[in-house]
Amino acid sequence: MDRGIIDLSEVTKSFGAVHALRGVDLTIRSGEALGLVGHNGAGKSTLMHILTGTVAPTAGIISADQNQRPDYDVNIAKMLGIRCVFQELSLCPNLTVAENTCITHRPLSGLGWRKRAGKLIIGKLDEIFPGHGIMPGAIVSDLSIGRRQMVEIARAFTKTDIIPRLIILDEPTSSLDPSTSQQLLSFMRRFVSEGGATIFISHLLQEILDYCDRIVVMRDGRVVADDIATEFGRSKLITTMGGAAGGHQVSSPESARSASSTGNLRVRYRAKTQPTGIELSVHAGEIVGLAGLAGHGQSLSLIEIFEAAGGRPGRIEVNGQVALVAGDRQTDGIFPLWSIADNITVRSLTALTRGALISQQRAGELAKSWKERIGIRTPDLDNNILSLSGGNQQKALFARAFGSNAETILMDDPMRGVDIGTKLDVYRLIEHEAEQGRCFLWYTTEMDELAYCHKIYIFRNRQIVAQLSQDELTEERVIHSSFQEAV
Amino acid sequence: MNAVVKSGPSKLWTDQNRRFDPRRLFRSALPGLSLLIVLAAIYDFNPRAISYFGFNLMLNLAVPVALATAAQLCIIAVSDLDLSIGAYVGFIACVTTTWLPTTPLLGTAAILASIVAYGALGALVHWRQLPSIVVTLGMSFVWLGLALFVRPQPGGLSPVWLSTFMGLHVPYVPFPIVAAVVLAIVLHLVLMNTAFGAVLRGAGGNATAVGRSGWSLLRIKATAYAMAGVLGSLAGLSLVGVSSSADANMANGYTLLSIAGAILGGAEFIGGRISPIGAVMGALTLQLATVALNFFQLPEVFPGFRIPPEWQVGAQGIILIVILAIRALINRGEA
Repeated sequence: MDRGIIDLSEVTKSFGAVHALRGVDLTIRSGEALGLVGHNGAGKSTLMHILTGTVAPTAGIISADQNQRPDYDVNIAKMLGIRCVFQELSLCPNLTVAENTCITHRPLSGLGWRKRAGKLIIGKLDEIFPGHGIMPGAIVSDLSIGRRQMVEIARAFTKTDIIPRLIILDEPTSSLDPSTSQQLLSFMRRFVSEGGATIFISHLLQEILDYCDRIVVMRDGRVVADDIATEFGRSKLITTMGGAAGGHQVSSPESARSASSTGNLRVRYRAKTQPTGIELSVHAGEIVGLAGLAGHGQSLSLIEIFEAAGGRPGRIEVNGQVALVAGDRQTDGIFPLWSIADNITVRSLTALTRGALISQQRAGELAKSWKERIGIRTPDLDNNILSLSGGNQQKALFARAFGSNAETILMDDPMRGVDIGTKLDVYRLIEHEAEQGRCFLWYTTEMDELAYCHKIYIFRNRQIVAQLSQDELTEERVIHSSFQEAV
Repeated sequence: MNAVVKSGPSKLWTDQNRRFDPRRLFRSALPGLSLLIVLAAIYDFNPRAISYFGFNLMLNLAVPVALATAAQLCIIAVSDLDLSIGAYVGFIACVTTTWLPTTPLLGTAAILASIVAYGALGALVHWRQLPSIVVTLGMSFVWLGLALFVRPQPGGLSPVWLSTFMGLHVPYVPFPIVAAVVLAIVLHLVLMNTAFGAVLRGAGGNATAVGRSGWSLLRIKATAYAMAGVLGSLAGLSLVGVSSSADANMANGYTLLSIAGAILGGAEFIGGRISPIGAVMGALTLQLATVALNFFQLPEVFPGFRIPPEWQVGAQGIILIVILAIRALINRGEA
């Protein structure tokens, strides 16, 4: 029971200026189910990638079976029998179920490999999910998302030359229905009782509390609690995730308190899967925050609102012009070959024309005025956008949205990986623009940013599950709503 | 949770187990059907063409085209595209006619070195994360330049053994058909029926997943490109065997023809979805389509009417568009 399959000691990981892990100590022993919880950005995913060897730590020691492994990588993890069911599916959609099994099992080659692979995966599926109804020859892209998840889970538990010893399950039940989830959790207990180990990540706290032996809570890249499961209860888990015990009030600037939902209605939105109940509304001059765990429908709702602009009001009503500040600036935001000025003015080109042509002078003035207001640090706006630091690139994207004629600005977690100086500049500007009557719909994964919002909607499973006013905002309440189970 | 929950477990089972899906059957039969339609058209215009000698004549150039298509398919399997295969086939043809008959050692070494270069290209594409289209487009000019260097003027000699092999008379079944069938079977076995082929296609479908399973994507890409190099070399050799002389520009059309053949055969541009048997059929279809147009006539109305030969290339394009449109319709119905 005491032998550690894998030990992490003082493991840190930085991506540029972002510290994803700030010194993690963790031991995983055979025969235990470890539950791992934490809010957005706590470092869970990075930790999983380090355990599977897909990401190398910046510093720290990884030991496997009491031996230090400075060269730890994917193949060593594989040899040790450490496998992961990643949250984003890692099956090849163009291959069959059997072929996908062979990709993780090298011994499955030579004559009759397809038959053996099919037998292996179907055998495991029968064991974990009796009555699954999946054929070994079915092409993965033809399967429903739930079934793909089942195949992926079963594949992680299959055995050829290497015995699976530690299986990491990252939100495995998110696309399974309740009865299949139940099958998986019971199987996990059986696997553990036979000497295996699992790391189980879930936003359904009850699953963690009921099915794990030990629970590790992460926060800000650190392990903040590590104890046997019976020592925790729902509320204790939530408070530990949120940090300071008790009702920790997020300090908010004065402006956010003077809520003013009296202006004109700009956006009204109801989630697609939400037939009744809470509706999101944004009025002129309001800053509205969207919170909850990442990937629970916040970005999707922003895109839906953006696309509904100019359309007829129905489930979504949008009045006036809308601009979107993308979160992933590399793929959705910047034009990498263009100058800073061109990147700023592209949203406003129709307003900058003289006759059929763009007035270079007016475009230059617009870009220049926003460079001053938002503080883009560059000697020349005609430089390429990539000459800017990440934070300043993001400022240029804000300048693009703010410089446009849009009355509503949608922001899709735009401050990811941005330095604090830039953040403060932008916060100041958002407050100022809101006072001028603009309204903001702001999806953020950072608790501190919610403090700038007049009201906050919390998303879970693509639905709005709670609405908080600024006065009601505490970190604990946000986490509570994000993790709450469907009763 | 998502819609799966809402519908309940009983509805979970509806998406699959449709082993007999008429749409899917129709889609996979599409390459064969188009080949049959073209053959039927030829028979209608000129029944005598459907004979042992007729096929030998009509499918004269089908073997090199099918081999070039097979080469393209190896690249498409890893979700890349090769715009240099035509120039490469031309280069190999020039090497074959210039060096193989007189200095076989030099010729063989040159061909082997080109195959290694092809593999290295695949490694480069992965290592520097370059778009394959750009790299192979650049390489097409390199191959063309090398071909002109080896053989500045058209001409040369075909090695005797090569012409003999390509002129082989198999009893009952014309040689090009035998060659095409063998190629289709070998290609299908290697790409679709081996574990190695599954990994190769997996890299085209979800490279991250294959990398996370501990495979070297560099080696996968290099292998796929080297396989294309081998098949491209065979295409060059067979082209010389048929035409018995070479010219640097002789196979330039093969680049687009090979892509068209692979797509016609059921492959998708991205995502590692390929069909080797379909691709060989696609290559044959495109080859026969030009022949069918030669025979096309409107005897009652205009007895002397013939479709001008310069329209033939356009006809290949129209066939491609029609087939793809049909496939898109099937796919839409399915979604």
